[in-house]
Amino acid sequence: MVTHRSDAEPAIRVDGLRVVRGGRTVLPGLTLAVPRGQLIGLLGPSGCGKTTLMRCVVGVQQVAGGTVEVLGEPAGSVGLRRRVGYLTQDASVYLDLTITENLRYFATVVGVPRQGVDAEVLRVLGLVDLVEHAASRAGNLSGGELSRVSLAAALVGQPEVLVLDEPTVGLDPVLRRDLWAIFRRLAEGGVTLLVSSHVMDEAIRCDRLLLMRAGTVLADDTLQGVLASTGSTDAEQAFLALVDRANSAARERSEPETPPGHRPSHEAST
Amino acid sequence: MSVRLTVATSTRVLQQIRHDRRTLALLLIVPCVLMGLLAWIYQNTPVFDAIGAPLLGMFPFLIMFLVTSIATLRERQSGTLERLLTMPLGKADLIGGYALAFGLLAALQAVIASSFALLVLGLDVAGAAWLLILVAVVDCLLGTALGLFLSAFATTEFQAVQFLPAFVLPQFLLCGLLVPRDQLPDVLRWISDLLPLSYAVDAMQTITIDANGTASVLGDVAIVLGFVIALVVLGAATLRRRTP
Repeated sequence: MVTHRSDAEPAIRVDGLRVVRGGRTVLPGLTLAVPRGQLIGLLGPSGCGKTTLMRCVVGVQQVAGGTVEVLGEPAGSVGLRRRVGYLTQDASVYLDLTITENLRYFATVVGVPRQGVDAEVLRVLGLVDLVEHAASRAGNLSGGELSRVSLAAALVGQPEVLVLDEPTVGLDPVLRRDLWAIFRRLAEGGVTLLVSSHVMDEAIRCDRLLLMRAGTVLADDTLQGVLASTGSTDAEQAFLALVDRANSAARERSEPETPPGHRPSHEAST
Repeated sequence: MSVRLTVATSTRVLQQIRHDRRTLALLLIVPCVLMGLLAWIYQNTPVFDAIGAPLLGMFPFLIMFLVTSIATLRERQSGTLERLLTMPLGKADLIGGYALAFGLLAALQAVIASSFALLVLGLDVAGAAWLLILVAVVDCLLGTALGLFLSAFATTEFQAVQFLPAFVLPQFLLCGLLVPRDQLPDVLRWISDLLPLSYAVDAMQTITIDANGTASVLGDVAIVLGFVIALVVLGAATLRRRTP
């Protein structure tokens, strides 16, 4: 299913995206592009708009303005629904079904032919290393196993683009390393992965980073690029430097004629 | 709408119920227990024969309404609905799958409860037994369809459960069981003419007293089925892929 044609065209193109949720502007006008076949880390503190952006990419978020294109088609269009896999933050599987029953259903829904369903279920179970648990009820699994079932459900049908919302949150270090190894293998196979995290040290696992804060992109670069431009030694330090830079830029914009450090005393007291 | 996806969805819903043995037992046994209680409290009186059939339509209707509301709400809250809506599953496939699965359960429940009332409790009605069973099945379907439709408007379990007193009990008060519909105040009679449960109870009352009322009963059944289809279609139409 993975195609390499038109590699130059980005997998995801977001242009002027504006989202308002509950009266609050979550994304004020986001523009970014995600190249094909790469592992992209979407990093930023919780509440910065990562989940909202991902919901836009998979086409379940009401949008106030702007456009989102995935693989050259408008996000959420019918043709994309079997080419894009989505992992929500919570394990979105049926707890009262076995792992196999869950995956068989999702495989059928994404259009795996009847005679190929069993093989496809076995394939994704192998990817997330759950073959021996296939007959277990999802509700009886540990948190780590459950999140791997949910990931397996996103992998059925071999989607070309994977949108994974905090897939490693709350997992132990060994499991996190294993999951990133899976993501890396998929990217090497030509799949585009957009993986969100609020743990900055996961940045080293990604080809490129999108650092987000308050609905805007602070940086869209490789880890090396981000470190070099900020003079930092790790992603967290770089992120903080970028936040400080953005804050002072915002201050200068709102008080253009007053240089920082020379504020009139009456303003400092307000 | 895809037949394969609708059937896959209803299979999945039935698998969920099958794993929950207690729910399955409650679904199938509770209406029989309620009918048994009813026969017992009215023993040696003609009352059971008079109201047995209408209540045989009512109990499974209530149960299926609640079960369906909670099941669809759970789908929404567990995040599986959001996952499904990003997949190539039509809204009609989802609602149709639920309607099919719970429709089958409803039919099973209605057949068991009607057979129990007729054979064990000795419920005596003027009309044919098959007609009684048919109406009981259709009433169950109505409960399912109403649950499917209304659960779209509930965002919490608290709300979903209160939809029973809010939308079902008024229908019970106006359906003609407490006061015959033609003796209701005009305004209430007009309202009762618009409510599906009124026709369900009309049909059961005709079966109770009229051996030659088959045509009238089938007319009521057609109206109730019309409501069922309209509610299922509305349920699919009000489902939104994109949410705020």
